[in-house]
Amino acid sequence: MDMNNVKLETHNYHLYYGEFRALYGVSVQVPANQITAIIGPSGCGKSSFLRTFNRMNDLIPGAHSEGEVYLDGEAVFSQDVVELRRRVGMVFQRPNPFPKSIYENVVYGSRVHGVRNKGQLSAIAERSLKAAALWDEVKDDLQKSALALSGGQQQRLCIARALAVEPEVILMDEPCSALDPIATLKIEDLMRELEKDYTIVIVTHNMQQAARVSDYTAFLMMREDRAGELVEFGSTPELFTKPQDQRTEDYITGRFG
Amino acid sequence: MSERMKATTLSTRSNLERRHLIQRIAFGLLWAAGVIAVVVTVLVVAYVVVQGADEVLTVEMAHVTIDPAEGRMIVDLPDDSIDANVKVIEWPIKLPGAQLIVLEGVPLLTFLLTEPKGGLTGEGGISTTIITTLYLVLLTISIAMPLGVGAAIYLVEYAGEMQGRNVWLVRLVAVVRFGVETLAGVPSIIFGLFGYALFVTAMRFGFSLLSAGLAGACLILPVVIRTTEEALRAVPRSYREGSLALGATQWQTIWKVVLPAALPGIVTGIVLSVGRIVSETAVFYVTLGGSHNLPTSLLSPGRTMALHLYYLAMDTTAFQKAMGTGAVLVVGIIIVNAVINYLSRRFAVSARGR
Repeated sequence: MDMNNVKLETHNYHLYYGEFRALYGVSVQVPANQITAIIGPSGCGKSSFLRTFNRMNDLIPGAHSEGEVYLDGEAVFSQDVVELRRRVGMVFQRPNPFPKSIYENVVYGSRVHGVRNKGQLSAIAERSLKAAALWDEVKDDLQKSALALSGGQQQRLCIARALAVEPEVILMDEPCSALDPIATLKIEDLMRELEKDYTIVIVTHNMQQAARVSDYTAFLMMREDRAGELVEFGSTPELFTKPQDQRTEDYITGRFG
Repeated sequence: MSERMKATTLSTRSNLERRHLIQRIAFGLLWAAGVIAVVVTVLVVAYVVVQGADEVLTVEMAHVTIDPAEGRMIVDLPDDSIDANVKVIEWPIKLPGAQLIVLEGVPLLTFLLTEPKGGLTGEGGISTTIITTLYLVLLTISIAMPLGVGAAIYLVEYAGEMQGRNVWLVRLVAVVRFGVETLAGVPSIIFGLFGYALFVTAMRFGFSLLSAGLAGACLILPVVIRTTEEALRAVPRSYREGSLALGATQWQTIWKVVLPAALPGIVTGIVLSVGRIVSETAVFYVTLGGSHNLPTSLLSPGRTMALHLYYLAMDTTAFQKAMGTGAVLVVGIIIVNAVINYLSRRFAVSARGR
């Protein structure tokens, strides 16, 4: 992989929840403007790993880590966490719109970053909703409660909300696991569209989804002590057709997990 | 069908009937409990309201003269009225040259609009006690709400965050929480005693609105803290994460997402506290004094409706007036609850969108 295009990187990264080690020595380089999928059996630390990139693990009492995590070559732990999270957006497993109107949800991030101008906010809302392929469905009633939308629409609203603060990276934590197949398809199409402008990292327990949407795939698995470690990382077609590691092959052929 | 299978089927069926029967009995008991609870509550409220209604609804025809030129209004009650007096109400806006407006036979609810006169017969109405109650509620809430809500936010949003990081802070928080829970169960007269010792005597505020407001704030602080804490805890973690993940600071998250989501619960706590202050007697008996005059400053003594009710019932022969006061209290609390509920629901809808 061309080193100039590395957006996110971890080096020998260990994560602990109190005494429990959740991740063991993960080293990975995530390429820019590509979709990277993180797959692996339940409980192997996929989500925990994803949440290191925007330091969401900081919120968990007792969580601490060793090793390095870089965004554009800068260590994330020495950055201001608020600014880091603006640059590294996140979409969660369950759609989590705020109990506010659609409009207020989308412009929330811009508001907290200090945009006050109404015209500017409206423009941001329209641009973000269009980018998240939700504009046509909601443009007539932006004052409607976000909670009145369907699950798939809510998830696209959450993507729009993340896009509104102009991040560089979007982390997606099983974004389709609470959605039906049609809504899932829409989100996957959207990811393909967003890939041009953003670096996307997606955690998924659905191997077909990883194979369908991602360019690169990281396979994580638990060790004996239940800490997750990186087994294999490579381009998605290669990893799925010619896995280098026996455990990867066992997993993708459905022998366990 | 074999004999054996038939037997099993039969025994299952008889068991089914028994289970249905038990369910019916259980639901019957629950229904009865519900009905009794409602009936008792309604009876108490209805008894007080009906007993007091005569007193409250006594209408007397007043002779009212409005004098815009002088900026005053003169209310003259008929001489045969028990509350006969001439009252002058003045205001600062004067309209020189304006005509006198004379109104004959204006119906007035004299019980609500005249002042209590004190004495053994308990003559007069309750106008000053209504105003004093309002003053005290406003004062108490404006002291206890910022403190209580602030403390609850700290306990839930910041101290919880620190868990496992700072042992001393965790211990301190545990002590605070235990203290809050204990205080919520302490008899209110203890708060009165404390208020008397600290505010009335040691700090020399005397029997006054200020002493009573501070003591009342101590009384409702645990209620405000606990209800706010519960309301904050009920806000899903996902709202907080969603906000933080967008680069909001923790304070922005609390102010813009968590507090609005918790507002209905917080308002419930405030309403409970208002009810507590309106109905509290013991604390104010030893901190507010008992003057039936209208307080003119924070350091004036006064008498709330509940306190007035106590005085009427214990020290005078005007039992009907006590009932009347009770009726006004009950209806007042019902109205306050209804209005605040309505407002908080309206707010929830307007914040959430349609």
